Amino acid sequence: MPDKQEIFQKVQEILCEALSVDEDEVTPEARLTADLGAESIDFLDIVFRLEKAFDIKIPRGELFPDTLLQDERFVKDGKITPEGMEELRRRMPFADLSPLEDNPDVKNLQDVFTVDMICKFIEQKVAVEN
Amino acid sequence: MRWYWIDRFLEFERGRRCVAVKNVTLAEEYLHAHFPGYPVMPNALVIEGVAQAGGLLVADQRGYQGNMILAKVPKAVFHFDPRPGDTLRYECTLESLRGEGAVVQATVRCGDQEQGEVEIFFANAAHGPRARQLFTDLDLVTMMHYLGAYQVGRDADGGPLRPPDHLQDRLSTLWLGTAEP
Repeated sequence: MPDKQEIFQKVQEILCEALSVDEDEVTPEARLTADLGAESIDFLDIVFRLEKAFDIKIPRGELFPDTLLQDERFVKDGKITPEGMEELRRRMPFADLSPLEDNPDVKNLQDVFTVDMICKFIEQKVAVEN
Repeated sequence: MRWYWIDRFLEFERGRRCVAVKNVTLAEEYLHAHFPGYPVMPNALVIEGVAQAGGLLVADQRGYQGNMILAKVPKAVFHFDPRPGDTLRYECTLESLRGEGAVVQATVRCGDQEQGEVEIFFANAAHGPRARQLFTDLDLVTMMHYLGAYQVGRDADGGPLRPPDHLQDRLSTLWLGTAEP
């Protein structure tokens, strides 16, 4: 089972390939969209690469919960509802949701997607699968 | 001129890999503008050819349903420009496939030289709020037929590759027919 450092290195390599960024830009706190320039199509590319690199399966919505945003119970008037926040906490125990707790605007969800979030997700995933 | 950037499939293994060829000929209009006096095929059109070959590999595996479209080219490395008289060989492998998207990797060869390496990421345009129908199953099967995929192709069990049964009649009415095994 890879340790935290090995996971970070592999994730760093994957993001460099998927987003055409330099290694030194891929810091743990870097946000995929705001800092590394990821677009919507890149998220699926990243999921494919993670599956291959770590030999795991990542079902749709498990790492990046895009389907949740189309649910009226969880998003109202461009803001994530308390039920939506609860659902995010349940689905994304690996994520730091503080950007949304300060301001539940939907557009702030992308600030939750950081390099560190991916690493923590993988750590949990490989721990469960091994 | 039709938007076909491969001429024929030489090999087609359902869900696994395919090999397609593209013959570059001075009869092609674009070569006279790219560049006057020095005709070379733009590598962007090599990428398009790989996307067509790889896209049909994906579409066939998905039963010609959905709309997998070229969404991203994570890798494209070329070593030289194709010239009139060259035959390019696109060797495509299906690396990943799921409902939302697919990845195809390809090596492009010209004679005994490697001309390039391409990776194509396809996304399913039929997913999500902006879903669109770009190709019908008949469009895709017709392309497969024109390109000879059903003459050389093999299905997952190694048997002859065939179009779906429900399209056979419609193909016949278009005077296309299919090769007998």
